Amino acid sequence: MEQYEAWKVLMREGNATFFQEFYVKFYQAFLEGDRWIQYFKGVGTTLVVTAAALAIGIALGILVAMIRTAHDQQRPGKHNPILGLLNAVCKVYVTVIRGTPMMVQLLIMGFVIFSSSRNYNMVGALTLGINSGAYVAEIIRGGLMALDPGQAEAGRSLGLSYADTMRFIVIPQAFKAILPSLGNEFIILLKDTSLITVIGGKELVYAAQAIYGRTYEQMFPLVGVACIYLVLVIIFSWLLGILERRLRQSDRR
Amino acid sequence: MIDVKHLSKSFGDHLVLNDISEHIYPGDKVVIIGPSGSGKSTFLRSLNLLEEPSAGTITFDGVNITDPSTDINAVRRKMGMVFQHFNLFPNMTILRNITLAPVRTGLMTQAEAESTAMQLLRRVGLEEKANAYPSQLSGGQKQRIAIVRALAMNPKVMLFDEPTSALDPEMVGEVLSVMKELAADGMTMVVVTHEMGFAREVGSRILFMDQGQILEQGDPEAVFGHPQNPRLRDFLSKVL
Repeated sequence: MEQYEAWKVLMREGNATFFQEFYVKFYQAFLEGDRWIQYFKGVGTTLVVTAAALAIGIALGILVAMIRTAHDQQRPGKHNPILGLLNAVCKVYVTVIRGTPMMVQLLIMGFVIFSSSRNYNMVGALTLGINSGAYVAEIIRGGLMALDPGQAEAGRSLGLSYADTMRFIVIPQAFKAILPSLGNEFIILLKDTSLITVIGGKELVYAAQAIYGRTYEQMFPLVGVACIYLVLVIIFSWLLGILERRLRQSDRR
Repeated sequence: MIDVKHLSKSFGDHLVLNDISEHIYPGDKVVIIGPSGSGKSTFLRSLNLLEEPSAGTITFDGVNITDPSTDINAVRRKMGMVFQHFNLFPNMTILRNITLAPVRTGLMTQAEAESTAMQLLRRVGLEEKANAYPSQLSGGQKQRIAIVRALAMNPKVMLFDEPTSALDPEMVGEVLSVMKELAADGMTMVVVTHEMGFAREVGSRILFMDQGQILEQGDPEAVFGHPQNPRLRDFLSKVL
């Protein structure tokens, strides 16, 4: 603390060594006024927004994938008009979401649709969830279609219902197959939460911006934030790896 | 037992089954032979509606199964099916593969299903594999398990779709011997196969199919000994 004040004077006079300057900037970025607490709060918000967006994304993804698969698997010549309509809605949803930039979606949601809302974090989570849902839907649909149709045929030929066949046979196998892609989507989502700063979301990048807005020193807060994201992603990748290995138990020979 | 009337099936413009009428009696061991692409598998798969017929009716035990209002799941519980590629569920143990359907359809309690499964596994000599996963089994073992899985539902008829075609030659025998035992026990069977020896030995009736039609049928003696249709003669000269 005393050393910080002393070296800060040296730095202002232009006489500080590299190490002294480094220490001062580091101190300003993380320690002065307990600024590390701001980063911690930022991480908390990032994780909450990620979790909320993930829940919304997976729920939407499952719904859309189920509608689209059920529509595509109808027996030829027996088309359900309601399913046809729902399928068209799902197709439009996926097309619009995948066809426009996430940043633009956030700006529209934040400043047009929910312009009167003060809960920027949750508007951000909702937008990210809706965005993620389109990608998750395609991942799930891919997993369901990639599974050998003989599996479902075997289930149905034993007299199991469509629902039971999906629940016990198709979905567990499809889930295992799509887990790496889902993990990838989850990691992208975690990093994309940084975008919600543009509508006022108070997550990790917001904390960094607030700090370098006061110290006029950008490098340490930004590199620090990058390191925090990296550590988070490494932790989650490791956890996903454990889950994958556990699910792969039945494959051992 | 199974009555097929004027059954036709087309995929797009391609007519796979052309106006087939046939009756399968209780205790029958019907073996369907014919060149590939002749519609044998499609015919077999139509019997439990894995293929939806384009025209015609199929009646099983007095129930018209082609009627859209029929509960097809209830019908399928009485018809066992064995596939060329086994189609065991790789995410479950052998025991669960066998007990899943009887328990979920309410046919048996978990305990009943397990004791039935173990009995059947003992019959095919695989009781020590109950807690293994399908990936740990050889092809012949997988197919024997697939037969057991179908039998666990106490079906009235068993449908076999080229059950030995995906097997290494040395494993064909173990599967055929299980099927022979089943035949000796009086099970009604419909078998699509390229195993002419099996057809001759076990079949009570041989159907020869080509281009979506049954061109000739009769007991093995007549079909293999005195084939009438030129295409059957041609086919037999290639496979025997």
